[in-house]
Amino acid sequence: MSKIPEITEALARGGTSALKITESALEAAEKLNDQLNAFLEINRNAALKRAGEIDKEADGTSALPALNGIPIAIKDNICVQGMQASCGSRILGPYSPPYNATAIERLLRAGAVIIGKTNCDEFAMGSSNENSAFGPVKNPWDPARVPGGSSGGSAAAVAAGIVPVALGSDTGGSVRQPAALCGVVGIKPTYGRVSRYGLVAFGSSLDQIGVFAQQAADAAAVLQVMAGRDPHDATTADVPVPNYIGETEKNIKGLRIGVARALLGEGLDPEVRNAVEKAIEAYRALGAEIVDVDLPHAKYAIAVYYIIATAEASSNLARYDGVRYGFRAEDAPALRDMYRRTRDEGFGPEVKRRIMLGTYVLSAGYYDAYYLKAQKVRTLIKQDFAKAFSSCDAVLTPTAPTPAFRFGDKVDDPLAMYLNDIYTVTANLAGIPGISVPCGISSDGLPIGLQLLGPDWSEGTLFRLAHAYQQDQPLNAQPKIHV
Amino acid sequence: MVGLLTLAIRNPLMPISEADIEKIAQLAHLEITDDERRMFAPQIADIVTYVEQLNAIDTSGIEPALGGLTPEGERTESSRPDEVQPSLGQTIALEPAPDPASGHFRVPKVLGS
Repeated sequence: MSKIPEITEALARGGTSALKITESALEAAEKLNDQLNAFLEINRNAALKRAGEIDKEADGTSALPALNGIPIAIKDNICVQGMQASCGSRILGPYSPPYNATAIERLLRAGAVIIGKTNCDEFAMGSSNENSAFGPVKNPWDPARVPGGSSGGSAAAVAAGIVPVALGSDTGGSVRQPAALCGVVGIKPTYGRVSRYGLVAFGSSLDQIGVFAQQAADAAAVLQVMAGRDPHDATTADVPVPNYIGETEKNIKGLRIGVARALLGEGLDPEVRNAVEKAIEAYRALGAEIVDVDLPHAKYAIAVYYIIATAEASSNLARYDGVRYGFRAEDAPALRDMYRRTRDEGFGPEVKRRIMLGTYVLSAGYYDAYYLKAQKVRTLIKQDFAKAFSSCDAVLTPTAPTPAFRFGDKVDDPLAMYLNDIYTVTANLAGIPGISVPCGISSDGLPIGLQLLGPDWSEGTLFRLAHAYQQDQPLNAQPKIHV
Repeated sequence: MVGLLTLAIRNPLMPISEADIEKIAQLAHLEITDDERRMFAPQIADIVTYVEQLNAIDTSGIEPALGGLTPEGERTESSRPDEVQPSLGQTIALEPAPDPASGHFRVPKVLGS
């Protein structure tokens, strides 16, 4: 059952108050954070003050805004005025931004109540949350396992039932992969659909703010509010925002789902393959047409991604120099020493590794061999999808090659960790939207996710396919740690 | 300074040594420890070897995917009227600075390092 209409309708009837709803979300967050480490900041005072204002404004006559009184958690790399934005890094620590991200402004205007900031891999770099400077988030289904990354805190907060919805950011799968590993829905919109103003930059041509929810319809309600052109972000596109909630409820009969058989082979966990095959059959039974598609360059996506993402990151993260905000190393004798020591003490190993890789691929004599080559293969990946979407409305893949793995399993082998993103990075490279939907439970009791990718601006179709699946094949299990 | 901008290693397909790692760290304004240098050299060499599989793909005549990612994004007018807008102001902008002084960001000495 969708939670947003349940809450907003109860509020409209006067059956509860925003204050009560916010209080119970805060209590859950505080109670479960010892076990989950999902929140880096729980802002009780700000949340309760805001909820009180919402209750006061409700006069019982005028229509209430779309997210009225909905408690929401925000990844700690999205700027919320009055709260911290550490990005999971020591170099920013308790830094508090002086403005709201556009996405946050729009959520607040729609009546949402922000209860706190969620833990993540440092600067959104990671697939397991083990790169957070403040300790990893634990997976609510099994606290010995990773929640996925980088938006692990937001995924865990929704999976554990602390909040109905949460925001993350997705540069190579950082919303969809943790959604799959935590058994919730996660959407990465089309590049340019949601403003990046106030989202701390990692890979500027790849980054998008995304939404976690237990039900696709709730993610649709949040995207509805956030989407659209923003003069503060020149890369937002002037494309009308459809009625996503209306789209969600449409029948899927006759929609064509593409399956790239080559992506269901080597390296894929048999239980994940089995769950995805069953999901394909469920879609067929619901009236969707299943067609074969070919994405011949998808196997190169990780190589392309780790050139482009690290190149962009090495440039974006140059701003952390100890001058204008955040941490500064003490007692450096001269400016250059101050820069180097600040960045040495402030950044963790994965961030350093990626900055160096990015610096290397962009350095003189290497630009053509690595960066330009990668951008050309990126064009080929875009062309693959354009061709696939001429014969289908969405492409179905697994979201991640395995269910949640154990802490420490991949921490010494960065390349093995990167390969976890094999199914998700293509959407960021092509700029297209993608959604992860829970599609089963493994023999170890861990959730499995399927991914649907669609053409530019097809979020409505993705919600519709996700919703139809969730109605037909609900996940009949609950995480060990929950409200 | 100019010397730092060009890496000594010229062949893109050569393995990455600890000395290369030190040079890259300098370019990136990162001070790294001996342990980190020993750890990063084989890891970055591994990743670079992995990404070099792209060399097998024929990309002649293919345009690089630079700029706007969707045709609609590309077409969207991104300029705005040149009008004075309010800004953060000096007090708020300096608030999070590690060492603000008389309306400025103070830094250690620039010359002689």
